[in-house]
Amino acid sequence: MELLLNLTIYLPLIAIVAVLLARKDQAVKQISLIATTVTFFISLPLVFNFDIANSHIPQYITEGATILPGFDIKYLVGLDGLSLLLFMLTTLFGPIVILSSWNSVTKHLKGYYSMLLLLQTASLGVFASLDLIVFYVFFELSLIPMYFLIGIWGGAERIQATIKFFIYTLVGSLIMLVALIYLGYHAGEAHSEFAFTADWRFISSPEYQIGLVEQTYMFLAFALAFCIKVPLFPFHTWLPYAHTEAPTAGSVVLAAIMLKMGTYGLVRVCMPVFPNAFMEFAPWFAILAVIGIIYGALVAMVQKDVKKLVAYSSVSHLGFVVLGIFALNTVAVQGAVIQMINHGLSTGALFLIVGMLYDRRHTRMIKDFGGIAKVIPVFAVMFMITTLASIGLPGLNGFIGEFLILNGAFFSDLYNNHIYAVLGALGVILAAVYMLWMYQRVMFGPITNEENNEIEDLNYREIGLLIPLVLFMVWIGIRSEDFTRYSESWVNNFIEVTETKSIAVLEDAQKTDHPEWAARFYNIDGFTGELEVEFVHINEDPQ
Amino acid sequence: MDYLHDLNTFIPGTIVAIAGLAVLLLSVSRVKINTIFYVTVVSLIAALLFSVRDLFSPVGTSFYDMIAFGGTAAFGTFLVIIATLFCVLISRDYLDAIDHHYGEVYAMILFATTGMVGLAVSNNLIMLFVGLETMSICLYVLAGLIKEEKTGAESALKYFLLGAFSTGFILYGIALLYGATGTVNYAEIAAAADGSMLFLAGVALLFVGFFFKISAVPFHMWTPDVYQGTPTTLTAYFATASKAATFVAFILVLSRMLPEIEGAGWTQALAVIAIITMILGNLIALVQDNVKRMLAYSSIAHAGYLLVGLAAGTAAGYTGVLYYLFAYTVMNIGAFGVIAYYEKNHALDFTDVNNYSGLGYKQPVMGVLLSVFLFSLAGIPPFVGFLGKYYVFAAAINAGMISLAVIGVLASAASVYYYLRVMVHLYFREAHKEYDLIQPGAIFKYALVVLCVLTVFYGIEPVLPGGSLIELLTSYYPLSGSASLLSP
Repeated sequence: MELLLNLTIYLPLIAIVAVLLARKDQAVKQISLIATTVTFFISLPLVFNFDIANSHIPQYITEGATILPGFDIKYLVGLDGLSLLLFMLTTLFGPIVILSSWNSVTKHLKGYYSMLLLLQTASLGVFASLDLIVFYVFFELSLIPMYFLIGIWGGAERIQATIKFFIYTLVGSLIMLVALIYLGYHAGEAHSEFAFTADWRFISSPEYQIGLVEQTYMFLAFALAFCIKVPLFPFHTWLPYAHTEAPTAGSVVLAAIMLKMGTYGLVRVCMPVFPNAFMEFAPWFAILAVIGIIYGALVAMVQKDVKKLVAYSSVSHLGFVVLGIFALNTVAVQGAVIQMINHGLSTGALFLIVGMLYDRRHTRMIKDFGGIAKVIPVFAVMFMITTLASIGLPGLNGFIGEFLILNGAFFSDLYNNHIYAVLGALGVILAAVYMLWMYQRVMFGPITNEENNEIEDLNYREIGLLIPLVLFMVWIGIRSEDFTRYSESWVNNFIEVTETKSIAVLEDAQKTDHPEWAARFYNIDGFTGELEVEFVHINEDPQ
Repeated sequence: MDYLHDLNTFIPGTIVAIAGLAVLLLSVSRVKINTIFYVTVVSLIAALLFSVRDLFSPVGTSFYDMIAFGGTAAFGTFLVIIATLFCVLISRDYLDAIDHHYGEVYAMILFATTGMVGLAVSNNLIMLFVGLETMSICLYVLAGLIKEEKTGAESALKYFLLGAFSTGFILYGIALLYGATGTVNYAEIAAAADGSMLFLAGVALLFVGFFFKISAVPFHMWTPDVYQGTPTTLTAYFATASKAATFVAFILVLSRMLPEIEGAGWTQALAVIAIITMILGNLIALVQDNVKRMLAYSSIAHAGYLLVGLAAGTAAGYTGVLYYLFAYTVMNIGAFGVIAYYEKNHALDFTDVNNYSGLGYKQPVMGVLLSVFLFSLAGIPPFVGFLGKYYVFAAAINAGMISLAVIGVLASAASVYYYLRVMVHLYFREAHKEYDLIQPGAIFKYALVVLCVLTVFYGIEPVLPGGSLIELLTSYYPLSGSASLLSP
């Protein structure tokens, strides 16, 4: 199994060699498709053999030697309840993005498919790595292929878009690197064996605690990097730009997988490692998340370009995920985890559909379409299901995530105010408005443009690549516990860890000196040994 | 005194010096230029093998304490020789193409290398000065190689005048230090150091000289013009070998000669210089259109990152600097090499980045190589440049200089823009007009491929099983006292 996990991560990378040596264009595509399909199938046993009851303990661990004696930086990969589903989402999207570019990409094929394969390895590495330095390396590595994908195969303003994307993300992650190094040395002081450790298992464990002042700074540095990646309002400006200019496959990977690295990082690192800062800052992040939800939806409503509309809807949907993460109760965090998958499936599918539309008419403007539902019925059905999933219609996947998040946020004692959930729910309504309105203008009504009579319906390749996504949308929609059970034990366990750690840190802080602002911000003197916050543990199935 | 033993500690330098004399003789006889090239390469490979052997030898001093061997000094020798070897390998085709392929070039390179080795192993201020001068005078000559053009003459003259000026500083500093302590030996100076005004002034002047040679701001004025006017492959030599030698000498001076005197504050001074060097180098590089000037300013910025490691002043800092020097040498020679290749194609003015449009597709291998080198220079993982930056910044953070590290990473984030800009032209824009690039020569191409493999390999090497480079470097600074790697 350990070997299988590593093979899953590196098979796409190895396939690049074959792609570069291939002589014919057709062979390049076939090799990439085979490699990613095999990657998907060999990753399936990782799910079947997963120990669900112990999903808070990383499994299939591969552990290398430390780079220096006393310096605990090492190759460390494994999967746990948090990463498993995202890992699988990534392997699922591998063959789909390759197939989606089959006919639409014609120039520099070798470079294109190498970049997609490299991106696959980097994304899988991000979700599998448990050493934070290795995590950082994969996190940054994923920028390089995306930079070229947007820059070479993108739209008219691709160059500005890709540079903005690259530098924006890089600034955040470089500041995170400084905090990460500091964290490593800090953790090393607490560790019996090492002077420096980046092992997430130790850093997130209850026996390692960080003082309030350091927690604040490090939390902010990490959260900045992840929030830029998510992107959380007001750091979202790079996203619509990058999405619109990226080729279809680039948008799909960006939306379905790369944005999840941000939310994933918030849950994996920020929550259990900086518990006090996480809890004190939670309302602030909730405000930003709610602003993002509503702002993204409003801006999406007025878009003339379908792709831009979907891009802004991403800002809105990821606001939900952030809202759920910072609510810090089982329901909301579970909802956030499943919503990451949901958003990946539905927004990924939406970008694929927009790409198919663009391939046919070479335009993405809403006004150029209208009435095409009659011309391309199969397409209309696929588009409809995806649209409804994205809105959050009960019975499809989007509903589950949003319901859990809003439910959790409503009762969250960290927010201590129902307004966040209420305003968040407004976002669901707005989502219905902009998505259905867009769908109506594109698909229904009279055909105003002669060219639209000539559009071809989906071919088998396109149906084939949408079917798995639609299947999962329905499956998650009607039997969400098949998926949420993977992360349940993880979420329960780490919310508890967060709780115990924050109490221990506060108790410790009462005995030691701390600056005035920390005393006020964390209310150290008013701390009575128990948190004012009551953690709502709703362990029973929310269905 | 056992001369054979002493000589055994200085074999790489000896080989290079003898090879330099031989090449000088060969170049006045009627030997083909290619023979001279091969003699140079073979002697450098021999020197490289011995310098690799010395990496693992015990640490000590020889020649009446004039030179140090083993440890940092051995690694300095290794860096200088590997840099020289690769610069020579990529120089032949380039010098041929610009019609300045003379045997004397190789002789000058070998003599300069001898000076650099002397500099990198110096354990005595006089040795330091002799090494520095041997190196500098040869470099002045090389800077003026294209004497027919104004830029060549400007380059040589500027380098000579400012270089002589900086040498003056160093010599004056040495004189003051001798006056204060009565000795020129590092260890004896450390023992006699008293923190008197005379001593501090001597150290300050010595530092100024070093800052000139590593082109730290505000002593960097000569760098862009010299780098632009010098033949490109020799610029690579200037930017890597001479910098590596000077930095290693700087480390030896800091670690062996300068005890931390109360209130002397070397580290603060170094930190301030590092900050302005990183910021200014990167900011000016942002607006350069000429790729050589851009790389010149980028090399100034890299000197800033290196100074961060020195400012940390810990064993981890020195280790980080040595590692960074290795990374910098490999990736920078690579970048200059590809640029030299593009420059040889005289169809357009190929030092202007705006003319790089679409070049990445003309010779895919060269485009990919340049991209890898530039990503590495930008400090993006998983290339060796990232690890170099990682080690120096980690040392600074560990030494409590967090703001220094934050400024450093922000400066390097800014630097990404100008490195990406080259790739934007290589890949994202269409070529201006139809033309074909010439085929790169085999030796030239494979030298660059080897550099690229090193750039990638050493980026992931730490997680691979087996001993790693950083482990070797760490062993040079055994855990002791304040310089301990393990105590924060």
